[in-house]
Amino acid sequence: MGVIEKFQDIYENRHEYVRDWKSRNPKGKVLGCFCTYVPEEIPYAAGVLPVRLVGSHEIEDETGPYLFGMFCPFCRDVLAQGLEGKYGYLDGICDGNACMHLLQSFEAWGLNVEPKPRVLRVDTPSSTQNPHCRKYLRNELGCFKEDVEEWAGNEITEESLDRAIAVYNENRRLMRDIYELRKADNPPITGLESMYMVVSSQLMDKDEHNKILRDALEELKDRHLDREVGTRLMIVGSENDDVEFMSMIEQKMVLPATVIIDDHCTGSRYFWNEVIPEQDRLQAIATRYIARTPCPAKDFPEYRRFNNILKLAREWNVEGVIVIQQKFCDPHEIDVPPLRQFLENHDLPTYLLELDVTVPVGQFSTRIEAFIESLMEDLIY
Amino acid sequence: MTQTKKYSTKSFDCWDRAKELRIDIYRKLAQKASGEKDWLVASGGTEGLIGLPAGLGDDYVPFGGEPYGAATSALGRSEEMMRHCETKGYARDLCGYCRNYLGSIFGDKFSFGGKYPHPDFYFQLHFCDTHGKWYQPAAAYTNKPYFVIDLGASYRWPKWHESDKRKENKFNYLVTQMHDAIEWMQKVTGREYDDEKLAAAVYNEVMSTSKWAECCELNKNVPAPMDEKTMYAFYIIHVLRRHTKEAVEFFNSLYDELKDRIAMGIAGVGHERFRMVHNSQPPWYALHIFRYLEKFGVVCLGSQYDFMLSGGWEYYYDENDVPHVRAAVPPDDLKEKIKTRDGAVRVLASWLLDYGLQIRSFRFPMIERRNIDVSIARDWNCNAAMMHLNRGCEGWAVGQLEVRKALVEAGFPVLTYEGNVADPREFDEARTFARINAFMESQGLQRLVD
Repeated sequence: MGVIEKFQDIYENRHEYVRDWKSRNPKGKVLGCFCTYVPEEIPYAAGVLPVRLVGSHEIEDETGPYLFGMFCPFCRDVLAQGLEGKYGYLDGICDGNACMHLLQSFEAWGLNVEPKPRVLRVDTPSSTQNPHCRKYLRNELGCFKEDVEEWAGNEITEESLDRAIAVYNENRRLMRDIYELRKADNPPITGLESMYMVVSSQLMDKDEHNKILRDALEELKDRHLDREVGTRLMIVGSENDDVEFMSMIEQKMVLPATVIIDDHCTGSRYFWNEVIPEQDRLQAIATRYIARTPCPAKDFPEYRRFNNILKLAREWNVEGVIVIQQKFCDPHEIDVPPLRQFLENHDLPTYLLELDVTVPVGQFSTRIEAFIESLMEDLIY
Repeated sequence: MTQTKKYSTKSFDCWDRAKELRIDIYRKLAQKASGEKDWLVASGGTEGLIGLPAGLGDDYVPFGGEPYGAATSALGRSEEMMRHCETKGYARDLCGYCRNYLGSIFGDKFSFGGKYPHPDFYFQLHFCDTHGKWYQPAAAYTNKPYFVIDLGASYRWPKWHESDKRKENKFNYLVTQMHDAIEWMQKVTGREYDDEKLAAAVYNEVMSTSKWAECCELNKNVPAPMDEKTMYAFYIIHVLRRHTKEAVEFFNSLYDELKDRIAMGIAGVGHERFRMVHNSQPPWYALHIFRYLEKFGVVCLGSQYDFMLSGGWEYYYDENDVPHVRAAVPPDDLKEKIKTRDGAVRVLASWLLDYGLQIRSFRFPMIERRNIDVSIARDWNCNAAMMHLNRGCEGWAVGQLEVRKALVEAGFPVLTYEGNVADPREFDEARTFARINAFMESQGLQRLVD
């Protein structure tokens, strides 16, 4: 199995991977994380395996009694999998005070999913621009560390935190190195494959993921994809782990296109920033989560995310930006009009798509092709 | 017509005063917009800290986004304002109040007439996902300064690993930002901040929110002296101006009047025979649904929303570990504590974090949000509950179906209806009335009057 297939295998067989991990680590506990603002380094330092709860993209009818219809499709998808018993191996769940949609799933999971997991939570600040939030989060992480130690039954030492930080930083560094390769005129890895890589990192032991990443980095340096790159696209928006959506763009359209870079939490936002070591390990971790590229829900009063998106688009030579948004997500929805205006003011055309649990492939591909066509002057003239 | 007991009823003596206090705010905002008088206007959410800018001067007028969104809807101007917002590219499923407010900016219209009253600055306490974001485009479009206080995650409920250390961290985070906000407000307005005015605002806020909670407690009485539609005219005073002396005086007089009504057996709904607790905000453009309920002898006697918006309630467990809510008691040494700026800031932060149950529910609902509604239903002697499945507010919809489940499990039938707090396009009146009819039939209630 090639390295890309390994990422895909973890993505597709995520539950089997965790069950296997548990059989190899009989005393190890597994923590389901509702958001990328859960500072995974801390449970990892206690010997816990943090796994992110991501979408299944299957139609569900489980969540109706628990979630009112105005909550986003992603949070419904996540909860449905819990109610269907797909995550029966979880020992605990953890929310990072990110958004009220996932909070709702978290609550309903904690109250209704069997077997009942231990409910943990990190009360992260809502705004990451506040000058006092680093100190606040550092102190909160101290409380979270105690919660995790008590639950996991393991002390979290400075040495174990150092090791966790090192493993996580290596993971981030390696994925950034691979993202760098996507700057090439003919990138050796597609957007879909990159998505498999990042999402798989959220689903497995980072130490094991690092081994695959090291191999991947070597392999990709000499990889030449026999496909037309076409229009270089950036995807900006909410969580996106949808294979059908990504393969539609890169494989199923008449006009070729490749997703070159992204700004979403199953992509660059998850891993872009490293923990910069300092004496107070918890402060170092807190600083990383404050300084990371923010989710729109935490990006105020200024629009700091926008400049980062522009920088990525420029450096990766993007020709058009697809803004994707989970239906009902207020923080994203409030950002969408000014973000599109901002990018278009910088000569970056944008196109908006609203995502649901499943993708209307025919309709979306027609729309995206029309967008791509509008970018291709040579076709018009 | 079915025969039933008829209580005496009468309109409230303080009704006109309530109306005057509400209109006063919007009149001043209209004056600001027209240039007739340059009030110092700060705009933002009304939950939390509207008293903090009071130290800038007596001419301070808070322009609260949520009550303005509600008023726009009640005035029948939502579709117009929302169109302005949606043509700018904002989604139709965005918070209803937010769309009304932003639409007013983009269309340069004030729902009470005239142009949008540009505030001097925007000032926000962020506690729901929409709030901190809402005033970003507002500030950018009007080119006004914007300050956000981040509540973080608020306090947790007692049984969810909320150590003293964790609480202290949250408290200090809030207090530090409140001090920063005062410095910032001085800078952007060029005014000296008067700590005595802050002390008065904090005192008034504590006293008025506590007194409103006491007023709500009086609705445990059978018959209830207030019905919910009437309560909307009163609760808004502590939402809009709880930091003022006028609010304290108003709630003191309302409390006295309610006691008198109880003593004289005066009911909010004359035919009261079936008591319901409501859940979530109402559809402001369709408040007549509450009058329709009265035809069945039904009184809606309040909700977590109108009881607890803007604080003033304590959540506690009794000796049998049964949860309840009650009016929070102001500290005995309140006047002593607020003598300094830091003291006043700490009292306000403490009051918000300890007794701002609604804010706590938004960030961490869990079983306690369910418990609050069940305790209201039980302790206010209700027979059933009515729930607005509200597409216009993420915050009030958090945990809502869990609340429904808990009410049903506790033996309270729940009538649900779908709508949107501010967007009439998402409300089906005929269907709502049909659901009410069917529910009343299931409860064996026939119409008493046509």
